[in-house]
Amino acid sequence: MAEANIAKEEGKEIIVCNGVNKWFGDLHVLKDVSLTVKKGEVLVILGPSGSGKSTFIRTINGLEEVQKGDIVIDGINLSHDIKDIEAIRKETGMVFQQFNLFPHMTILKNITLAPIWVRKKPKAEAEKIALELLERVGIPEQADKYPGQLSGGQQQRVAIARALAMQPEIMLFDEPTSALDPEMIKEVLDVMKELARSGMTMLCVTHEMGFAREVADRIVLFDEGEIIETGTPEELFDNPKHDRTKLFLSQIL
Amino acid sequence: MNTNLNTDQSLEKTIEPPKSSLGVFGWLKKNLFSNWYNSILTIISVIALFYIVKGVFSFVFISAQWSVISENYRLFMVGQYTKAEIWRVWSCLGVVSLLFGLSAGIWKGTARHMSVLLSVILLIHMLVPFTSGTAKMWLGINIGIVVFGYFLAPFIPKNKIITIAGWFLSFPFTIFLLNGFGVFSTVKTNVWGGLLLTLLISVVAIVVSFPIGILLALGRTSNLPIVKYFCIAYIEIIRGVPLITVFFMAQLMIPLFLPEGLEINNVLRVMIGATLFTAAYMAENVRGGLQSIPSGQFEAAKAIGLNGPQAMTFIIMPQALRAIIPAIVGQSISMFKDTSLVAIVGLIDLLGIAQTVISNPDFLGRQMEVYMYIALLYWVIAYSMSYASRRMEKSLGVGER
Ligand SMILES: Nc1ncnc2c1ncn2[C@@H]1O[C@H](COP(=O)(O)OP(=O)(O)OP(=O)(O)O)[C@@H](O)[C@H]1O
Ligand SMILES: [Mg+2]
Repeated sequence: MAEANIAKEEGKEIIVCNGVNKWFGDLHVLKDVSLTVKKGEVLVILGPSGSGKSTFIRTINGLEEVQKGDIVIDGINLSHDIKDIEAIRKETGMVFQQFNLFPHMTILKNITLAPIWVRKKPKAEAEKIALELLERVGIPEQADKYPGQLSGGQQQRVAIARALAMQPEIMLFDEPTSALDPEMIKEVLDVMKELARSGMTMLCVTHEMGFAREVADRIVLFDEGEIIETGTPEELFDNPKHDRTKLFLSQIL
Repeated sequence: MNTNLNTDQSLEKTIEPPKSSLGVFGWLKKNLFSNWYNSILTIISVIALFYIVKGVFSFVFISAQWSVISENYRLFMVGQYTKAEIWRVWSCLGVVSLLFGLSAGIWKGTARHMSVLLSVILLIHMLVPFTSGTAKMWLGINIGIVVFGYFLAPFIPKNKIITIAGWFLSFPFTIFLLNGFGVFSTVKTNVWGGLLLTLLISVVAIVVSFPIGILLALGRTSNLPIVKYFCIAYIEIIRGVPLITVFFMAQLMIPLFLPEGLEINNVLRVMIGATLFTAAYMAENVRGGLQSIPSGQFEAAKAIGLNGPQAMTFIIMPQALRAIIPAIVGQSISMFKDTSLVAIVGLIDLLGIAQTVISNPDFLGRQMEVYMYIALLYWVIAYSMSYASRRMEKSLGVGER
């Protein structure tokens, strides 16, 4: 059923970035980045440290302002108008490297806060959805605990559930497993894989090459604020065209 | 199964950790006489301590004449408050007792400790010989009210909201009842005094300055330059002057801003001064709290779609305030003690009463007793505040990172 839905909308361009430029002071962090993502696509962003991956992914939901260029999300032009930014944030979920759960609230409150106050859902309905999501990410029994009482992997899965609770069209991941101990990385990646299979549009910054190869529809390689190369995992990993891609891959693999 | 358990137990016994106790001499050697200069320090401290304790003891129990306290007890508590109207003070205390009882019944923990403390203080006053028969009756009633509230609380629907609202309404209610405002015969504020006045000024200053402080802190981080610079100027000017000058200004300047004929009384002016003063410090505390929240919290709040005010209300402010409980309570304690400065601008708070009593020829030379007594009063109240804050921090610590 979900697949039929996706098939219908398949090919719809949900993220369109056109000549995006961003400076931090004098530092030119994003240089003419243009990228189009179709609905249901899973995009993995690779690149060396400091290449602007985080900055780019944060421009998609307006956490970073761009100084030049256009970003259109699901038909909404991400201008400087706060109304547009808030509309886009309802459509995009984001998962951070450091989880950023709200430590003073229970897991259930963490997840239901935005649905209740932003989507104006009744509390009972929001809680029902939250429990279903906790079930989906594999930790239904933790609903009444506080974030500090959970392991890193569990916290990150809660963070994913919290983002999903807003029923977003797009999910953004910024190195979701980089702060985790090795034995917890898999449980988070499994949730992300399941999400990808369910047809979610995803942008993931990650260093997990196995994940990229298995799940990504397309891989984008950033270096010094520019997109160096894009392609399917096979094209990029097995037959890289650009020298800098080869260099990067040789360092990381 | 059973035998298994037994072997387990005996096993456990054999691996008990070695006794870490040093014995009396071991402890003495480790903590007091570990080397020659520590030994000298210990001996000097013991001698000094002996003389201090001996002096205090012989004063408190032998040479002090505590009748100066017992004979002026009402003065210390309420100042010159009209004797016939004293029931109003008791009624206000009754409201507070009820609220303490209800809070204890609802939140247990710290609220219960504070209620027990209140009841014990009331009980002590009931048992000492010098309180009058009527006072003993009122004290007894108040203890009863605390207990009543405690057991009543679980049966009230929406008891939390009602109790919190009750705490807030208790301020205007107290002021209204104490003054009368024509509904009852008016008791002019110039006869309000003693501990009553000290508590009124400090509670109003602490409670009202809190929201003002939050607004100032938010204003200081605002994007609007006018708001921002007004808040900065306000905070920095107030923090740059001593409290006593604020009191003098409040006495002299507030009347200048008011239209002809309208007059604000002494006590209210001092309350305004104390509030505005404390607000500047609260603002800086709150700002410190806001800065201690990692930016990731704000980003996460925005990323899930909350707008600025929502992020502030649900995510940032609760964490910031929790982080600064010790600072807020510290501020409150120092405000409570600093109210003693109002004696200089002519109000007869606890310290003012002390000075009045000392200058009464009947009690010549009794200043030691008087100052010791009011010091004890200040200490009991200040210490209760800091005790409550420590407990609150602990119980709110649940779920912290
Ligand atoms: N808030 C900021 N102010 C100034 N410079 C910044 C800021 N955030 C990032 N930068 C700079 O922008 C550049 C790109 O940073 P970004 O975080 O996007 O890199 P990244 O590709 O995500 O790197 P990493 O793999 O280390 O996370 C870096 O040079 C960084 O120092
Ligand atoms: Mg990054």
